[in-house]
Amino acid sequence: MEVLERFAAGDPEAFECLFRQHQGEVYRWIIRIVRNSATAEDLTVETFWRMHRARARFDARKGNFCGWMRRIATNTALDHLRRSRREVELPEEMPDTRKPISAEQNEMRQAIFHAIDRLSPTVRATVLLALVEEEPYENIAKALGISTTAVKLRVFRGVRVLRKELSKAGVRP
Amino acid sequence: MSEREMEELKKLLKESMPAVRGPELRRDLWPAMRQRLAEPAIRMPWWDWALLAAAAVVILLFPTMIPTLLYHL
Repeated sequence: MEVLERFAAGDPEAFECLFRQHQGEVYRWIIRIVRNSATAEDLTVETFWRMHRARARFDARKGNFCGWMRRIATNTALDHLRRSRREVELPEEMPDTRKPISAEQNEMRQAIFHAIDRLSPTVRATVLLALVEEEPYENIAKALGISTTAVKLRVFRGVRVLRKELSKAGVRP
Repeated sequence: MSEREMEELKKLLKESMPAVRGPELRRDLWPAMRQRLAEPAIRMPWWDWALLAAAAVVILLFPTMIPTLLYHL
């Protein structure tokens, strides 16, 4: 029996094998949505916990394990954003965020964080993935379980809100 | 909204919030996962248990309050 079939049947060794093989991939996807490494680590474990609970519903014969995994990871990250609607955290790994910035730049950054915080979690994740991470719309659509047109619509709506909020704050994009 | 306006906003966003490029996991998460798997499926905080016990005591001592409790649920 293949590892996916064994996983679906509840084999703990198969689950460990899949965990070790895919933990990095899940982490790298989640950190792009939540932008904090400690949170991304916790949510990676949460994602695999959800996968473990839902293993019986996974159809190993269809074999789209990575797509299924990414959908669960995305939903886990979105649930986290819904629970904690706070300011967007900057990734600790980014070296240029540690550079000294001027008061004006800092003000603009705060205005942008505030504007992003006004977006709903799903729109925020879509906007960040599409515009900041430059993830192809098709990949975002698959991860969110929606059509590419719906992704474009969400980005458009998000951009409109951002522009409105930034205008209010006196920032002209 | 024009393509140029979209690009300007994109540039502004990327300046304030750089893309997260390929961060690697700093540690193996399997020990945390194993711990999570070993946890009981449902964990109720102690105050929930206390509330449940108090409700049970009230029901036992004053059964006539059952309709009132059901009304408030």
